[in-house]
Amino acid sequence: MSAHAVTGTLPGAMPAPAASGRGPAPVRIVVAYGFWIFLLSDIIMFSALFATYAVLSGQTAGGPSGRDLFELHRVGVQTLCLLFSSYTCGLAVLAIERRRVRAFYVSCALTFVLGATFLGLELSEFAGMIARGAGPSRSAFLSAFFSLVGLHGAHVTAGLLWMCFMVAQTAAKGPRDFVRRRLLCFSLFWHALDIIWVALMTLVYLMGAR
Amino acid sequence: MLGKLSWTAVPFDQPIPMAASLFIVVGVLSMLGLTTWKGWWPYLWREWLTSVDHKRIGVMYVLLALVLLVRGFIDAIMMRSQLAIAAGSAQGYLPPEHYDQIFSAHGTIMIFFMAMPFVIGLMNFVVPLQLGVRDVAFPVLNAISFWLTASGALLVNISLVVGEFARTGWLAYPPLSELQFSPGVGVDYYLWALQISGIGTLLAGINMVTTILKMRAPGMTYMRMPVFCWTALCSSMLIVAAFPILTATFGMLLLDRYVGMHFFTNDGGGNCMLYVNLIWAWGHPEVYILVLPAFGIFSEVIAAFSGKQLFGYRSMVVATLAICVLSFMVWLHHFFTMGAGADVNAVFGIMSMIIAIPTGVKLFNWLFTLYRGRLRFEVPVLWAIGFMVTFAVGGMTGVLMAVPPADFVLHNSLFLVAHFHNVIIGAVLFGAMAGYNYWFPKAFGFTLDKRLGAVSFWCWLIGFYLAFMPLYLLGLLGMTRRMQHYADTSWQPYLIVAEVGAVVILGGIVATIAQLVVSIRTRASRRDLTGDPWDARTLEWSTSSPPPAYNFAVLPQVESLDAFWAMKQRGPVATAERYDSIEVPRNSANGFVTAFFAVVTGFAMIWHIWWMAILGVASAVLTLLAFGWMERGADEVSGEQLAEAERARLHPMEPA
Repeated sequence: MSAHAVTGTLPGAMPAPAASGRGPAPVRIVVAYGFWIFLLSDIIMFSALFATYAVLSGQTAGGPSGRDLFELHRVGVQTLCLLFSSYTCGLAVLAIERRRVRAFYVSCALTFVLGATFLGLELSEFAGMIARGAGPSRSAFLSAFFSLVGLHGAHVTAGLLWMCFMVAQTAAKGPRDFVRRRLLCFSLFWHALDIIWVALMTLVYLMGAR
Repeated sequence: MLGKLSWTAVPFDQPIPMAASLFIVVGVLSMLGLTTWKGWWPYLWREWLTSVDHKRIGVMYVLLALVLLVRGFIDAIMMRSQLAIAAGSAQGYLPPEHYDQIFSAHGTIMIFFMAMPFVIGLMNFVVPLQLGVRDVAFPVLNAISFWLTASGALLVNISLVVGEFARTGWLAYPPLSELQFSPGVGVDYYLWALQISGIGTLLAGINMVTTILKMRAPGMTYMRMPVFCWTALCSSMLIVAAFPILTATFGMLLLDRYVGMHFFTNDGGGNCMLYVNLIWAWGHPEVYILVLPAFGIFSEVIAAFSGKQLFGYRSMVVATLAICVLSFMVWLHHFFTMGAGADVNAVFGIMSMIIAIPTGVKLFNWLFTLYRGRLRFEVPVLWAIGFMVTFAVGGMTGVLMAVPPADFVLHNSLFLVAHFHNVIIGAVLFGAMAGYNYWFPKAFGFTLDKRLGAVSFWCWLIGFYLAFMPLYLLGLLGMTRRMQHYADTSWQPYLIVAEVGAVVILGGIVATIAQLVVSIRTRASRRDLTGDPWDARTLEWSTSSPPPAYNFAVLPQVESLDAFWAMKQRGPVATAERYDSIEVPRNSANGFVTAFFAVVTGFAMIWHIWWMAILGVASAVLTLLAFGWMERGADEVSGEQLAEAERARLHPMEPA
């Protein structure tokens, strides 16, 4: 067939999952690919806020700066929580792919605890800053800080809710194809939040606390 | 309980908005009443409101665009009429606070709710058919995208009746759009409408990119894709890369307005030029989001009606990709006057001029496709030729303004207004109209009236030149944009000519509506039974008109560019020996219901009705979760049904 001639593969070889020349890709590929594109757009939204933070980080309007406010040990614990939660999230996906439902639940529970700890630390940081009169309307720097960090926190919150939904769905429907596809997307989402956090920790906290 | 909302929100004391409001309310109520009276609701709900078929959704997008074209045009002709009379001491009939709302609404509607839905609707309808597949990658998401766009359009139009619209221009620059200077709900209407529709657009872009990159008929390699698919791909990639910036920027302005943050305020260390930079980092790619698919439409139309393969297919693809990348590197030319300095301005000026090169490549490709072609002057071709002339003029004034010293003179003058109307009407609108006339028979199974189509084209073309050429001159004479009246009476003759042009364009719009009505009434005599009324080249014409829900009974095997043309060269298509059953996704109310709650949320946020906003968000989230919980079934079309349908289509004369 000419399709084989064009793509240069042997007839009878396993069809590659890519679309080019072979017809529509399988659902799992299409869904994961679409979700990658969504994550890309999400990261672009963050990049607009990063750019804003870079422009406004010095605009303290006579108020406190990052050096006065940031507590690096707290950020360190937050980072450990989030990175470990990515590890447990990875374990959860591996477990569900092997149909080991109990291991899946345990990994999800660990992920939830770590994510919730991260969020709790972030909220207590926000509460402490607001109590010191360094709330988001104090200065342009603090507006940018609260929005950037808060948007990440909102994503973590959404991720936790999504995970609860997926655990419930797994419990009700079992590790079926569409459930596993969604869990794959969820884990991509959770790992992407890590990437954003690493950038955030570096650019906001480490560079700001100097 | 109802936040800022009270009876004072309805403009009882202003005759013009009140008359417009009454007209809209009566119009909408009579439409709803007629639908109920005739018992059309079940049909509408089943076949359209809950449809996840990319063709139906595409048609609804285009319908939305045409309705809002009329709304945006009413704004336009009101402005032209005001300026035709408000010279010297005369104040015209529109007070400044109303005039400011009109130009803001005109720009917002025409870009976000006319041009965008038109272009996205055509992409939605055509791309899966051209790729030879059965639907987009995510059909339900597609419906959600459409209904969110429609929600935004609804909110903008609600502002006409309840409250006011922004007076800040179509991009709502701070500090004017900050709470301090715009305390009313106008800017909030603008922001929430565009946030909601922007999410819809982003999701549509993600869907389209995934469809084009991962779902193509067997054998359709990248370099065998029709040019329109390439332009749709580039446009959608730009949507994915640009719209998140818009969402973030509007989000920051909302935070400024609602919780007193200081991103763009004058005090607290805010920086309003940050907003201007961010909004144009979205805004310039947006121009190409609109125009690239139009370029694709012209490529299809010119190749089909010339009876030739497109000249320089590869260079067309490369030029499209080049524009796609370059469009992100020129945003600063929208505000050379910011004062970034000569070096920065020079870089952005040169980058802007460089875009003219791939665009010029395209223009020559179209000209060489026409050269020695057997051109048929059908309506889409008229639009294409009108485009080539008009767009060349608009492009050249653009290159002129890309020179920073010239821009300092022309910035914010009517010269600029004339320039961007020249490219947006000349390319995007002409392209959309060409596509509408070209693909209408595919969507509905009958052709549009040719004579009225030609009348519409000539009115638009002549009206455009009459309306906008005087604006170039006025810009050079020093008239700035967004003026409600002017002291220099020597400008008035030009503005009267422009008003005449707007009236001629009105004739074009009336002709378009008449064309639709006449064509529907005489549809029996204009049926297209072949599925290929134009003797065209790409796969969408290889199936019936209108296509069945599954598009293709058997996915076409693509062996070259212009796949359908190659098939026709090989002789008549036979029915297949065996048909495999097809799963067609079931309808879903997800999009409609989610969008309903999005409107509730937006309206509540605009009027500070917090309980209703919380209720709206919670309901929208619960809707998504509930639909996510249910397993979506699919309806199966059996092999026998397919065989029967194909036999009826390909051999209509033979008994089964």
